[in-house]
Amino acid sequence: MLYEVIIDGKNHHLQLERAEAGWQCRLDGLVVTVDAALNRPNVLSLLMNGKSYDIRRELTASGMNIWVGSIGYGAQVRDPRSLRGRKDGAGDNLSPKKLVAPMPGRVVRVLVREKADVEAGQGIVIVEAMKMQNEIKSPKKGILRKLLAEEGNNVNAGDVLAIVE
Amino acid sequence: MFKKILIANRGEIAVRVIRACRELGITSVAVYSDVDRAALHVRKADEAYHIGPPAATESYLNIQNILDVAKRCSADAIHPGYGFLSENAEFAQACADANLKFIGPSAASIEMMGSKTRARKAMENEGIPFVPGTSSGVDSVEQAGRVAAKIGYPVLLKAAAGGGGKGMRLVHTKEELGSALDTAQSEARRSFGDSEVYIEKALLNPRHIEMQVLADEHGNIVYLGERECSIQRRHQKVLEESPSPIVNAEMRRRMGEIAVRVAKTAAYTSAGTVEFLVDESRDFYFLEMNTRLQVEHPVTELTTGLDLVHLQIRIAAGEPSLFTQKDISLRGHAIECRIYAEDPDNNYFPSPGTISLLLDPAGPGIRLDSGVYEGWTVPIDYDPLLSKLIGYGTDRPQAISRLARALDEYFVGGIKTNLPLLRRILSQPDFQAGKVDTGYLDRLLKAETAEVKHDENVAAIAAGLFAILERPSTGANDGQGASTWKKVARLDALRETT
Repeated sequence: MLYEVIIDGKNHHLQLERAEAGWQCRLDGLVVTVDAALNRPNVLSLLMNGKSYDIRRELTASGMNIWVGSIGYGAQVRDPRSLRGRKDGAGDNLSPKKLVAPMPGRVVRVLVREKADVEAGQGIVIVEAMKMQNEIKSPKKGILRKLLAEEGNNVNAGDVLAIVE
Repeated sequence: MFKKILIANRGEIAVRVIRACRELGITSVAVYSDVDRAALHVRKADEAYHIGPPAATESYLNIQNILDVAKRCSADAIHPGYGFLSENAEFAQACADANLKFIGPSAASIEMMGSKTRARKAMENEGIPFVPGTSSGVDSVEQAGRVAAKIGYPVLLKAAAGGGGKGMRLVHTKEELGSALDTAQSEARRSFGDSEVYIEKALLNPRHIEMQVLADEHGNIVYLGERECSIQRRHQKVLEESPSPIVNAEMRRRMGEIAVRVAKTAAYTSAGTVEFLVDESRDFYFLEMNTRLQVEHPVTELTTGLDLVHLQIRIAAGEPSLFTQKDISLRGHAIECRIYAEDPDNNYFPSPGTISLLLDPAGPGIRLDSGVYEGWTVPIDYDPLLSKLIGYGTDRPQAISRLARALDEYFVGGIKTNLPLLRRILSQPDFQAGKVDTGYLDRLLKAETAEVKHDENVAAIAAGLFAILERPSTGANDGQGASTWKKVARLDALRETT
């Protein structure tokens, strides 16, 4: 089997073939024999050259993480023969900056009016979640172009609260 | 002894109290809100009853609903845990009026210590040392400005009814005072229903050390040693230990005796904690008394060998004097860390969600007090504390190494947690040397970290193996060798042509 594996944004070619004791892995030219045991869903034990690795897999809304010990690696696996295209979610991150709710909560206070000048780091909106009030600050100096947050409204993670230009 | 105890709480502390009830042969009753139907405390209890919608004000803070359930199920006592109604004098009184034993101090003791300003006044009369500031709430920015100018900036604005950093603001200059007072008052009103805010001089990076006391209903009060709680973020404790690396026997005795005096002044009963701020010259100042079981009580349990929840229950049941100060001895070292659902990449904001994979640590010297399980969805409505992991050893280095080992074993998948931060704290030379103060964690968070990642290749191979081992009919252990290969090849061929 041939896979294209992306670890923390870096592409790798991985070829896996069944060998006598486990799997023969060819990773970007590196060849190693690996014994693998899938103990339970998302928990994999690997033996490589006598070394034991306890691997945990985490599936999240935004993708997959592979944990080796206590270090997590963002991972994507593609079967190159599959016809599915790639999703490219990257948007441009230029001029206007969005203030995004970092988690679900309630807008308890709006501190700045629309069209007002704002400084970098100035508090724009206060969102309350789990009884903690958190000031969402302007990422840059500019003008508060658009204010979408309204006092008393509930917001979800990722909701745009305001746009600073 | 009680026959049936209702636990007016949720999460790990409800589970903790339910376990104590089970051990004492007492029937435990859990209560739950809409979002907690499948919570661990409901599953662990002998009985469980619904008390309202997700909002805490309508469920875990709803005195009437809780008392109704207690009466309906004929409970004879209520354990409030920490947070929620645990330091609510009205609730303690309502329990007494309903002939239910409140497992904690009297309403009068709670009331005295519940208002930080009233507590300060009482301690002033007793000659207990405390941090300079006002012993009553401030009404206006002008008044606040005058007081701050007198005691000198920086100052702390604190909710009189507060705790846990809510309604608290650090103010460095006159200019910040107005808006800080505003926010503190509004947060205090929202969190505690009381907007009274007072001012205290902010000691620069003090240590936060507290003394556990235990008082029975016959006038016996003992202290059970201190806890060092200086590792905090936004005034929320993250890691606590006992004993403190800077407290020796003599200082412990002085702090303990003052703590006992504070408890006496409040006519205190049950388990309680007297908090102190300690400056660089190891002078200490009374900060406040927490009239409940603390989150961090397990470290004291490990170093004293006592079970504080058992003792709370036995004291509330009116058992005679259980021990004197001479019977208390400390042994070994214990460190607790609090595992929170929060996102390290997003300023440690709460990060609720579903736990998709949970691997709990175990082994020598390890205690895990958890309120969650794999598959549980951590609701957004409450505190993001998932569990507490406590390491115990004969000395501090052994406690640290056991806790660090257990943190490496601990895995919580599907939601973000502060586990990486806790591992990092334990690996810091300053922490290992016991050089901590309340500014420690903020300084650590500001310092650059370069996470060492050298297992990309292992991760890549593992990612591929997960994919191949989970393909239907290509199991690694199916023992069918070549025939499976043929089958796979055919399947692949089919897939390519479709």
